[in-house]
Amino acid sequence: MTDKTLYTVTVYSENQVGLLNQISIIFTRRQLNIESLSVSASAAEGIHKFTITTYSDRETMEKLVKQIEKRIDVLRAFFYTDDEIVFQEVALYKVPTDKLLDDSRIEELIRKHNARILEVNRTYTVIEKSGHTDETQALFEELSRYEVMQFVRSGRVAITKSTVEHVSLFLQEQQYRQNQL
Amino acid sequence: MATEKIRGAEALIRALIAEQTEYIFGYPGGAIMPVFDVLYDYRDQINHILVRHEQGATHAAQGYARVSGKTGVVLVTSGPAATNIITGLSDAMMDSTPLIVITGQVGSSLLGSDAFQETDVVGITQPVTKWSYQIRRSDEIAWAVARAFYIAGNGRPGPVVLDFAKDAQTGLTDFDYQPCQFIRSYNPYPAIKPAEIDEAARLINQARKPLILAGQGVIIAQAEAELAALAEKADIPVGCTLLGLSAIPTDHPLYKGMLGMHGSVAANIKTNECDLLIAIGMRFDDRVTGDVNQYARQARIIHIDIDPSEFNKNVKCDVSVLGDARAVLQALLPKVEPARHTEWLESFVPCEEAERVKVIEPEIHPQKPLMNMGEVARKVSEATGNESILVTDVGQNQMLSARYYRFKHPRSLVTSGGLGTMGFGLPAAIGAKIGNPDRTVCFFTGDGGIQMTIQELGTIMQYGIDVKIIILNNNFLGMVRQWQALFFDHRYSETPMLNPDFTMIAAAYGIDGERVATREELDDAIERMLSHRGSYLLDVQIDPDGMVFPMTPAGACVTHIMLNATEKYE
Repeated sequence: MTDKTLYTVTVYSENQVGLLNQISIIFTRRQLNIESLSVSASAAEGIHKFTITTYSDRETMEKLVKQIEKRIDVLRAFFYTDDEIVFQEVALYKVPTDKLLDDSRIEELIRKHNARILEVNRTYTVIEKSGHTDETQALFEELSRYEVMQFVRSGRVAITKSTVEHVSLFLQEQQYRQNQL
Repeated sequence: MATEKIRGAEALIRALIAEQTEYIFGYPGGAIMPVFDVLYDYRDQINHILVRHEQGATHAAQGYARVSGKTGVVLVTSGPAATNIITGLSDAMMDSTPLIVITGQVGSSLLGSDAFQETDVVGITQPVTKWSYQIRRSDEIAWAVARAFYIAGNGRPGPVVLDFAKDAQTGLTDFDYQPCQFIRSYNPYPAIKPAEIDEAARLINQARKPLILAGQGVIIAQAEAELAALAEKADIPVGCTLLGLSAIPTDHPLYKGMLGMHGSVAANIKTNECDLLIAIGMRFDDRVTGDVNQYARQARIIHIDIDPSEFNKNVKCDVSVLGDARAVLQALLPKVEPARHTEWLESFVPCEEAERVKVIEPEIHPQKPLMNMGEVARKVSEATGNESILVTDVGQNQMLSARYYRFKHPRSLVTSGGLGTMGFGLPAAIGAKIGNPDRTVCFFTGDGGIQMTIQELGTIMQYGIDVKIIILNNNFLGMVRQWQALFFDHRYSETPMLNPDFTMIAAAYGIDGERVATREELDDAIERMLSHRGSYLLDVQIDPDGMVFPMTPAGACVTHIMLNATEKYE
């Protein structure tokens, strides 16, 4: 997969049961592995936004996005390379509190990586860091030298750098189409 | 508006009636019984055809839809019935056939509990449907049915599944039916872009060697007259995909035959010689293109389609024109200048002549005692004045009847193209006759294909349906045998078939028929079949060594054409 680019796919859909399955089977048919996934409400009321990352090539992505848009309940789908979007992930790390207390270097690590502590008790401490994958991974690797009891990284969330809001335009066009009926 | 409370099952039937549904193809069972119970009260307003297997219901509805242009409706129960419809859904999805398949489902409180005859219908059907939705509440019925009809029948048609939970069938609901006219996330008829039309017209007007590839999109959009007008105005030869056959009459001077693996020599050779391909409502299936890397590399390509996901999917195009084929051609026609391409058209003649001498004549006028499929198909076609609807099964019977049948009118061929479903034909023929009772329906099948859905003879018997059944019987799975002969060193692994006496089976269902063993009997037998009132079966004994030619081997270049087992077209 090293010759492939990491693409970020964003899908805007109606809020219907089973949408994720409809989208994911299109990845499956083309043997594309989903690297990360996040689903949330979008800025437009009632419209859900999927952010999916996958390694592939441009031609495959063009076909994939059209196949996704073909699903009835999907409004629009797009794909981007990293330079076209502002993106972020969040990671959580659970480390034993005694390790944190025993070694002041962990505190330095947290400062250096711009991470923060969410919860502390006698047994464990939960650290949070947001950033790109390489950044959250770097902290994980450094913390691993002490001990990491649990580690989780969220799916990517992304916002386009484009000055045009394609989904808002699409919704305006559909409103116009409805008014014509 | 005044409304009244009715049961969900009745709301479904009333919604189907509101959408002008005349026929339902179905099979009852536990989880759909409330709907069948209501159907009993509406027998005077809606006809139900009881098939013998749920797969047959889907294919019958496909046959009905394909000849009539209307949406076929299927009603079956949950679990095994729902899994039995998957083949029909996949077939309809591949061949853009409008279907609404209603499956019963266990009560919503039992969903996910592995209840008796529960299956995850939405999960199973999503990959092979245009839309699949589970109705869990009675109040959703009118909305879901309206949306289902809108989605199935508009834009690029396709199958829709409504999975109908039992408690939604029995629950009370207000009934106030409004047809769907708008879905925010789906625009079935995108506005045509003038710039795309202008660019397409410019390429057509510049072209010296243009070629039109017409697919089923022409027929779905009822753009046959516009297709002929474009071809005639700019003097452009036309090839049809298998599903595009009958979009233009077979005897049209600009019609150059079927495209693809078993298509005409000229249409395929000229694909790689033209300077412009105008693809209308077709999807560059691999059975049409052969090796895409050697396909029409010399030509500019205009692709007209209503489904944007088809553009650049298999073949890169220079101009894509998004829209309904008829609307696009109507916009395009005034911008296309009259032209004559006499030299280009004359260049087709040597190909046509080679095919006539090497392939067509030996097939339809063989100098041997045993009969060929092609000669039978041509004789039946001509005996009906080339007026009948051809329904085929899949395999040699399909390719040879499609090649040698002649078409005067649109919507004259019902066949399983994309999925290649053996067993499609018999139920599809039943649906075709119901969908167009005024025309003779001739169904060509093989001894293999008919046995995959042979129980539908019972449906023919029960409803007195008039289908002319021609079994091209070579006691082999002929197309597989052909590949074994050509590419697997004549190793006939599991293709010989010991068959029953098909006329006796037909007789058991009250269907007359006869076995035709020699060419001398053929004409009279066809005459008896066609003049017979009601269904009739001809079991025609065919040369088992017969093969379908021309043939472009799978994955070969479109110009790599075998004229027979030993000779390649040069």
